[in-house]
Order: sequence, then structure tokens, then C-alpha cells
Amino acid sequence: MKVLVAVKRVIDYNVKVRVKPDNTGVDLTNVKMAMNPFCEIAVEEAVRLKEKGVATEIVVVSIGPKAAQEQIRTALALGADRGIHVETDEEIQSLAAAKLLKAVVDKEQPSLVILGKQSIDNDNNQTGQMLAALAGYPQGTFASEVSVDGDKVKVTREIDGGLMTVSLNLPAIVTTDLRLNEPRYASLPNIMKAKKKPLESTTPADLGVDVTPRLTTLKVEAPAQRQAGIKVADVAELVDKLKNEAKVI
Amino acid sequence: MKSTSYFNETHELARDTCRQFVKKHILPHIADWEEQESFPREIYQLAGEAGILGTGFPEALGGHGENDIFLKIACSEELMRSTSGGLVASLGSLDIALPPIVQWGSKALKERVAPEVISGQKIAALAITEPSGGSDVASLKTRAVKKGDHYLVSGSKTFITSGTRADYYTVAVRTGGEGHKGVSLLLIEKGSAGFSVGKKLKKMGWWASDTAELFFDNCEVPCCNLIGPENAGFLAIMTNFMKERLSLSIMAYMTAQMALEEALQYAQDRSAFGRPVSKFQVTRHKLVDMATEVEIAREYTYRVAQLMQAGKNPIKEVSMAKNFATNVAEKVTREAVQIFGGMGYMRETTVERLYRDAKILSIGGGTTEIMKELIAKQMRL
Repeated sequence: MKVLVAVKRVIDYNVKVRVKPDNTGVDLTNVKMAMNPFCEIAVEEAVRLKEKGVATEIVVVSIGPKAAQEQIRTALALGADRGIHVETDEEIQSLAAAKLLKAVVDKEQPSLVILGKQSIDNDNNQTGQMLAALAGYPQGTFASEVSVDGDKVKVTREIDGGLMTVSLNLPAIVTTDLRLNEPRYASLPNIMKAKKKPLESTTPADLGVDVTPRLTTLKVEAPAQRQAGIKVADVAELVDKLKNEAKVI
Repeated sequence: MKSTSYFNETHELARDTCRQFVKKHILPHIADWEEQESFPREIYQLAGEAGILGTGFPEALGGHGENDIFLKIACSEELMRSTSGGLVASLGSLDIALPPIVQWGSKALKERVAPEVISGQKIAALAITEPSGGSDVASLKTRAVKKGDHYLVSGSKTFITSGTRADYYTVAVRTGGEGHKGVSLLLIEKGSAGFSVGKKLKKMGWWASDTAELFFDNCEVPCCNLIGPENAGFLAIMTNFMKERLSLSIMAYMTAQMALEEALQYAQDRSAFGRPVSKFQVTRHKLVDMATEVEIAREYTYRVAQLMQAGKNPIKEVSMAKNFATNVAEKVTREAVQIFGGMGYMRETTVERLYRDAKILSIGGGTTEIMKELIAKQMRL
């Protein structure tokens, strides 16, 4: 069974982001970039499926600038077999990403596509769902457990108030939630071996996809500074404030 | 992309792995391990599995990235982020014990010993220093007398890193006459008859590292455990020192780097007389001086590493790097403790440990004074 995994290059989650002075976006100059954490979970799940003998080949795809190849190499070091880089310096919004991935899916014909449920840069949480719609595949989003059984995949989903388990016919789209697994780190010998794994490069034009943004960003602002708290004299005053000022009880 | 960097994409990936290794397996426990003056043996196996121990060794022996010095540097820098020079020294004792075996040992010897050590199943240590002397290697007294197909070794070694729990010891012995021409290297194995290990030595710093004295009383060592030709050990020891000195330079600027980072944070968080202490010019300038020296120590070490990578033999430069970086480590950790004030004297702060750990760096692997003599010799003084 072939598994396709999509990974995205984003600002490293440890970095404290700064908004550009002209409010057009986040400042990326000299900022450490890394694989989106949800995508790491997607790669890990695919590698585990391969270790279990369920998956036979893992193809990893990334859309982005030349440097996104670093994230593909990381995935290859973690256990993916080959990479596809859709190279573009354009801003890629969810729909464009989904269309590009659809083109890759058409070409690769994977039985299972695993994506992160969202990327930590824009937090859109759309690409997996859009891809499922475009490809006409069933979707299991926010997966906390994935098990493949014959031509079906059972996905346990984290939803408000509990867990929902869905059974999907393959080929299918799965998006990962935080608790699906704990990603490994790549061993150094595997990093060396990853250098020799194939990495093919393509472009949106090659795939016949128009990636022109459909949304316009008006303004990006840092969250408001948290205001200092106040001290209350006693429980009575606290309850009074919660009731009448904050109106939470 | 970063054309001025010494590190490539592979180095950065390896760095990420080491960082995650430290974060996952070491940082949550290191304060306890320092107090217990030991860390679990399992860490060697985990580091072996991650390929961290194999960095710089031949692939045929289970290593990778042989002759890639900056790969080694990237890994060493991240291991130092464990904040424990002692753990790094013990975990890395193979880096001084194995190279002579790999470079000069017989095929049978290296194929038997190296893979077990590189995979973290066994621990290797280097034993040169004796109670009667360390710097004066050519005068070492431990004697090995050939008798049939084995040597009988008598004498003792001290300050041996990984001394209490190593399985293999690369030991400098006297097989010939006086002076450096009578020195050989022997692989002595744990459990050999006549070999005993003293108790763990109590130290100023490097608490997590096990350091011990070794005793040989007519210890029987098979002749096939000889590393390289007989009486040619001095060259092997001196060659080995080069890499050890580079490692110590790295440990030194990383010790300083971490102390600087801790002090920067503290100086901005801590207020006195109505403002953060970093807003006082005296503190601000102190931090600037610290940062300047750390950068110079690091960049110069990179330069020396680059020379080594190019196949040069920068004896003078590596000695200068070691002296400069270890001096910076002592100075910067001292100033960091000073910026922390009373808090810096408390064992719960990292700067307290860094301050204690810095001192050994200008002593081990050749003292500052020995380094200066080497430099003077290169300057034809």
C-alpha cells in the first residue's frame, strides 16, 4: 500500500514570532524554520504503518520555496522512501495547496493520504478537507488513532465531547491530531542515508494548477498585551465580580 | 543559502536529532543525575541507537560521517545543551578511547571492540595520566613486560573519565626504555586478572561523570591487544590529543555560551533599584564583553576545525583555541554567577554548575601551561 504524506515548512514552534512593522505579515528574516508539528505526526504515522508491514512505500510531498526540501529531507531521514517537491515562491493558500495535492494524488494514486490537521503558521485547518472534496475521497480528520484493515481504514477522531470512530473505504484522506503518536527523531545514520533517497522536483505550472491567492490579508497584528490582574479582598468580592462584572457565573 | 556557515543541511539535521535527544532523555533528569554523581548506563545505548556515539567513526565499524568535523561539532554543541559537561565527558569518552584503536589497532581488535562501543553496548575509556604525572606523558611509569603471548602490566592510572564502569581501557604503558620512545598503547579489558578499579573520585565539577583510579598488579593482557606497533604509542597519544583539544574548546565555548544565555535572561528579568539589572550600564557592558568573547572563542575554534578538516595539522592553533576558549569559559561563568548574585551560588541554578564545570577544561587534555609550551615550540622560541 502506498501512503502519501504532505509536509509543510513553517516557523519552528519554539520561535517567538514577531509581526512586521507594516502589519503585512510575520517577520521571517533569520527565523528558524522546521516541519509543521502536525506534519511530523503524519510522517510518524506513515512510518509506523510501514514498520507494521501495512504500508509498502511512503511518498512525502511539500509545497513551497527551494528551502522546503529541508523538510522533505527530514521526512526521508525519518523513514519516507522518496520525495516530491512542488517548488513555488508564491503564497500558497489552502485551496491552492489542496489543488496541488490533488494533482499529486492523481499522479501517484496512493491508497492513503496523511496530512497534519492544520499548520501552525496560519491555523486554517482546511487543506485536508478540501483535498478530500476535490479528490472525491472519504476523510477522517483529527485522527487520534488510525488502523488499516484490508481495504478500509478505521479512524478515531477527537471531537467536542468525546471520540468518534469512522470507517473509510480506501483510498482515503486522514488528518492528524496532536495525540495520534509521539514522533521520533531521525537517527544520524538515517540522516546520511536520506541524502541518497530520490527527490523529484515539479512546479504548480507543471501540475497545471493556478495558485493565485483567492483571499487578501488585510492586516496582521500581534495579540493584545495581557492586562495586569487585580487583587480582591475576600471571596465575597470575588464572587460578586465574577457575577456582575465578568458575568461568568 | 548560508554560504558563510561552516554547517550544511545534513549537519543541521543531525543537530536537530541531538537537540531532541537531549531534550527528551537528558534534560528532565540532569539535575538529579548531577546530584547522584552518575547517570543511567541506558543513555549510552540510547545515544548509540540514535547514531550519536558513532559520529566520526568509519561506517564499517558502525559509525558514520567519518572525517566530517563539523558534523561532530554540531552534535557536540547540542550535547553540551544538557548543561552537564560531566555527562558529555563520560558519554563521549569513546571519542578519546577509540580513535587510537580504529587508526592503529589490528583489524581483529577494532572489529571486536569498536562496534560494541559505538552502539553503546560497551563503554570505552582512555587512561594516560598517572598519580605521579599527567602532562609529562613521556615519563609515565606503568610498565608492561612481555611474557610469552601476553604482557604483564603493573602500575596505576588516575583521573580516568568513565573509569568506574568502562569495559575497555586504552592504556598508555611503558614497554621499552625511558622517554617517549618506550611508550605503547594496550587495550585492557574489564575483569582482567590483576586489574582493579578504585572508588569513584569526588570532584569540584563534572559530577555526573564517573572518574576513577585504575590499578594494575601483574595484570595479564594478551599481546594481540597491543594497539599499533610496540613503543610507537607516543605518536598515537599525541595525535589523539589534537581532537581532544578541539573537543575541549567546543565544551568551553558552549559552557560560556550557556552561562551567557542564562545571565542575559536573568539580567532582564531581575529588577533592582526600580529597573531590570540589564539597564545598568555596568551590567550591560559586562554582558557585551561576555558575548564578544564567546563569539570569538567559537569562531576561532571553527577556524581551527576548518584547518583540521582541510587535512592540516594545526598544533599551534588548536592549543591557542583551547587556551582562549577555556579562559573565556572561566571568565564568563564567573561573571554569570556574579550577575545572578546570591542566586548564582545556589545549586538549583545552571550557572552554578557551569562555573564549577569550567575549571577542568583548562586542565584536562593538556593544561594551559602545556598548551603554551606547545605554542612556544611552534613559534620556535
